Amino acid sequence: MSRFRLIALLPIALLMGGCNFVVLDPSGDIAIQQRDIVILSVVLMLVIIIPVMALTVWFAWRYRSSNKEATYDPDWHHSTQLELVIWAAPLLIIICLGAVTWMSTHLLDPYRPLDRIAADTLVKPDAKPLEVQVVALDWKWLFIYPELGVASVNELAAPVDRPLSFRITSSAVMNAFYIPAMAGMIYAMPGMESRLHAVINNAGTYRGISANYSGAGFSGMHFKFHGMSDADFDKWVAGVKAGGGDLTRAVYLDLEKPSENVPITHYAQVDPVLFKAILNMCVEPGKMCMSEMMALDAKGGLGLGGVSNVMNIAYDKFNRRGGTTVLGGDQGFVIGLCSPEELVESGAKLSVVRTTPSTRLIGAGLPLPAFTPISSSATPFSAPFRPSNI
Amino acid sequence: MSSTTTTAPETGEIVFYEKDEHAHPEGHSTALGFWIYLMSDCLIFAMLFATFAVLGGNYAAGPSPKDLFDLELVAVNTAMLLFSSITYGFAMLAMEKGQAKQVQAWLLVTALFGAAFLAIELYEFHHMIEHGATPQRSAFLSSFFTLVGTHGLHVTFGLIWLFTLMVQVGRRGLVPANKRRLMCLSMFWHFLDVIWIGVFTFVYLMGMLR
Amino acid sequence: MAVSYPVPTSPIFGRFTLDALPFHEPILVVTFLVVAVGGAAVLGALTYFRLWGYLWREWFTSVDHKKIGIMYMVLGIIMLLRGFADAIMMRIQQAWAFNGSDGYLPSHHYDQVFTAHGVIMIFFVAMPLVTGLMNYVVPLQIGARDVSFPFLNNFSFWMTTGGAILVMMSLFIGEFAKTGWLAYPPLSGVSYSPDPGVDYYIWALQVAGVGTTLSGINLICTIIKMRAPGMTMMKMPVFTWTSLCTNVLIVATFPVLTAVLTLLALDRYLGMNFFTSDFGGSPMLYVNLIWIWGHPEVYILILPAFGVFSEVAATFSGKRLFGYTSMVYATVVITILSYLVWLHHFFTMGSGASVNSFFGITTMIISIPTGAKIFNWLFTMYRGRIKFELPMMYTVAFMLVFVIGGMTGVMLAIPPADFVLHNSLFLVAHFHNVIIGGVVFGMFAGIAYWWPKAFGFRLEPFWGKMSFWFWVLGFFFAFMPLYVLGFMGVTRRMRVFDDPSWHIWFIIAAFGAFLILLGIVSFLVQIGVSILKREQLRDTTGDPWNGRTLEWATSSPPPDYNFAFTPVIHEIDAWWDMKRRGYKRPLGGYKPIHMPRSTGTGVILAGLSTAMGFALVWYIWWLAALCFVAILAVAIGHTFNYNRDYDIPADEVERTEEARTKLLTGQVTP
Repeated sequence: MSRFRLIALLPIALLMGGCNFVVLDPSGDIAIQQRDIVILSVVLMLVIIIPVMALTVWFAWRYRSSNKEATYDPDWHHSTQLELVIWAAPLLIIICLGAVTWMSTHLLDPYRPLDRIAADTLVKPDAKPLEVQVVALDWKWLFIYPELGVASVNELAAPVDRPLSFRITSSAVMNAFYIPAMAGMIYAMPGMESRLHAVINNAGTYRGISANYSGAGFSGMHFKFHGMSDADFDKWVAGVKAGGGDLTRAVYLDLEKPSENVPITHYAQVDPVLFKAILNMCVEPGKMCMSEMMALDAKGGLGLGGVSNVMNIAYDKFNRRGGTTVLGGDQGFVIGLCSPEELVESGAKLSVVRTTPSTRLIGAGLPLPAFTPISSSATPFSAPFRPSNI
Repeated sequence: MSSTTTTAPETGEIVFYEKDEHAHPEGHSTALGFWIYLMSDCLIFAMLFATFAVLGGNYAAGPSPKDLFDLELVAVNTAMLLFSSITYGFAMLAMEKGQAKQVQAWLLVTALFGAAFLAIELYEFHHMIEHGATPQRSAFLSSFFTLVGTHGLHVTFGLIWLFTLMVQVGRRGLVPANKRRLMCLSMFWHFLDVIWIGVFTFVYLMGMLR
Repeated sequence: MAVSYPVPTSPIFGRFTLDALPFHEPILVVTFLVVAVGGAAVLGALTYFRLWGYLWREWFTSVDHKKIGIMYMVLGIIMLLRGFADAIMMRIQQAWAFNGSDGYLPSHHYDQVFTAHGVIMIFFVAMPLVTGLMNYVVPLQIGARDVSFPFLNNFSFWMTTGGAILVMMSLFIGEFAKTGWLAYPPLSGVSYSPDPGVDYYIWALQVAGVGTTLSGINLICTIIKMRAPGMTMMKMPVFTWTSLCTNVLIVATFPVLTAVLTLLALDRYLGMNFFTSDFGGSPMLYVNLIWIWGHPEVYILILPAFGVFSEVAATFSGKRLFGYTSMVYATVVITILSYLVWLHHFFTMGSGASVNSFFGITTMIISIPTGAKIFNWLFTMYRGRIKFELPMMYTVAFMLVFVIGGMTGVMLAIPPADFVLHNSLFLVAHFHNVIIGGVVFGMFAGIAYWWPKAFGFRLEPFWGKMSFWFWVLGFFFAFMPLYVLGFMGVTRRMRVFDDPSWHIWFIIAAFGAFLILLGIVSFLVQIGVSILKREQLRDTTGDPWNGRTLEWATSSPPPDYNFAFTPVIHEIDAWWDMKRRGYKRPLGGYKPIHMPRSTGTGVILAGLSTAMGFALVWYIWWLAALCFVAILAVAIGHTFNYNRDYDIPADEVERTEEARTKLLTGQVTP
């Protein structure tokens, strides 16, 4: 904003002629409020910092040893009033800042749905946020529009002034989803969903980046973010639908392999449970979904029988950057009992029959568990390495 | 330590230095130092306990404590370690009385209990691994084996230390240096006991309740 | 250009093959040649002048805290050169890689460079400098003959050196981690970083971490148990106080690092599942655990620097430190609070508003005692007679630079502001602002301040001032542009850029880095010139600055036993008090002095530990096992040595002290 530029950046105004201070001059309501917090905190702190710096310079000059006129009082080392002031002054500033922090952290919590789209405009009660599913891949971004059934790589578009609701995850390592012009960043982590609610107020093309180092292709891991009018957005969606392919799980598994500086790609169709499967790390056939695993764990696991419910890698995911542990054997994965579709439908309500050991560990030890079907309702599997019904 | 008074009695002048050599007897801060070391070691265990607390329920659709733990066996194991602490206490009492032979004998008894503890623990580990409940199978098992195994490694080093001290007491008798070492090992050994009680409670007992 | 390392491995060489030697990287080959030629020249010179025996007897095996302190400083300065070489490579790459250019460093190399820069600067520059200063000064300040556990001190030093050697080895044998300095999983897990880089990282830090922890225990004991009679806790010099707090922090946090790196190693070597995404592991656990160590770590570095500034401000203002008591309490409060703020390093992980604001506010609270400290230094200058020697110049520069870093730090502590500034170059500018403005300036102030104590002559002022101005200006040129770039939304650890409007700022930053290079060169020149002109710069009094604390009561350099008679303390600023009350140096009545004996065990144990780390990095199991058994054997063997000290006879003390008497009365010029 021009106000800030005038106050703080006047001395280097010439240098920054062609520069884009996107953090200080953003185009989304959330980022604008975050910018205001930045400026407010600076101003509050300058109240104390400018006098300190001025006093430092002044005392250093005034009490230099060549200045014999200045008072020299070698035993003056204590003053209760002064000490009260020097503890109280920062304390007061921090009380103010603490209050600001508490309120703004709650108001601008990325998990909190928006209640306004601009300083003077509330969200309309009937407005439904546009949901975008974001996946950080090695080293590109995948955006899925579940309501529109389309997806794109390294290109994100959104209508202006419409609340956006992002669900963010990652396929492999940690990244951070960050569009400086729109809102602050949030980490994208494998097997976890983070949320971001934001809005873009001005049409235009902005820069989106990964803000957390993720390996060799990190520098090229940025995307274009288009703020568009509703009509333009519809046109964009139509374009995606017209030109793109089908993002099935097989296509996704190919897409998630490491690649750098990936050009924009569009998909006219998307597997409807793809994001859930990515989030639960069970896109690969046969792999147990995290939600299923957590539901089983909450019921006490699968018993000793579960130890054999592990399959070695049949594809190149864990080795994709070349790694195996030297002493721990190959990485494998736990075989799933349900498919992602079933999990979405059932809401991960499972009935589990645990195999319990029949004898104790004392003595001759346990007999190896017989491989009985674990759940009578789920599809039984007879051989240990047969994947389930995906 | 008359020389530490602030004024010399005969002249009333302020004293700025000690006329006698200010002797810090050798090892005067060993007890404190060893205590601080134990606290730092305690922090390592605290981290492993915290890790177990976070990951202890993540069975990865594998076995849970109820499928694996045998409380009776662990109770026997706990008894071994507790007995070894008592016998170490007897060794310290013998040390106070200056009976080197008895110290050695009690250290040997302590070592036997400690070795029994380790043997039972290894037996337990062996069975779990044999049945496929390896440290690799789930985060719960990783954190279980690491926490309990780290304690077991400490006991192993304690055993090596016990035997070293038995030899040293045999060679030199209960000289101050050896007494100091016996005292340090005593703290170490009881510390391992305390940690084990934490393991028994939080890993085994509460694991069965999960 | 990435090398693939064979698994399974050969029984003899593990996964080491000749491919691991970086013949394909011209930069590394040239570096290696320079290091090899330089190293051969140094080794040759040492051999030619027959200095090996001297070094081994008088330095490497010495348990004298003064010599160990100096060796720590040498280690820190040598590693500063390596860490800075990485820094300037990064600055050149980032200033270069614009307009379609890929720069000169491929990602395989660049990613190692920024990781190594962070690791080296924190663990092998700042830590040795801080530990070295504490080691040298603390026993002198409390009137002790040595530290509580002199052998442990020597061992700690060599373990730190062992860690540094492992990092340096990774430059020419294999590679270093490409993960960033805290090696977050899953990226640092074996699935995504199968190369030996992360293993070098793990074992270098584990080996050095043992040394740091033991050194922390040692100095706590020293400060608690070995103070001269009369020196109550509230009469301790402030540097000793900050050292105490720092070492408490070390002992209370480095075990956390040891534990978390062990878990990472178990994941990598044994396929366990602490931080993997599958099988129930949690990468977020690692991030929490490592920052529980990581945040106190920055206070470990800054507190001793605060101590240095307190000593320097009082000495050069010719005045008692203002508000000693509140200074001490501020230090203790910072020590405690530093445990309650770790989460501010990852607000963006999505912990929820209440958790985030709690940690944000605790972080801001730390700025209250820190602010009080700044005011205390300020009012120490008030009504003083400030002599602007080099240490005082650094102190004033610190006060001006550090408050900017403090301000940007509080900005980052506000979660909504952090969401837009986190992981950006603003963050990079912030922590360099506090580390250079605080720790580095503090260390240079400390070196200039205590150099005459350690060597008996002052540092040459002209080159010192050159170094000072290059450092200060270089800092502003190098890091203010990064603040600006942060506001443009530029992320850290980028290798190439596509927005030309950022270019000019990176060029300015690179220019700043070159100014800092001149600052480092000037510092080295300063040391060289000072050694050449040492006779002109000689200080025979032992108290060149009209000091206030006990270290200035003895000769420069102090004798092995530090003080012929243990001093008795009545006041804060004991030496100032002694001078004021007409203290007369005793001229007779010397007694034999009990001192610890040198031993080579520390060198051997640390050497074996380093070799074991190397063997583990390369999966050379037989060597690792052999080293482990040897470590046990040597350690046990060491406990069979009961003869660990000796007496300096009274007449030798008398000879030493008489030589000083002659110096003081001007009868002999040295």
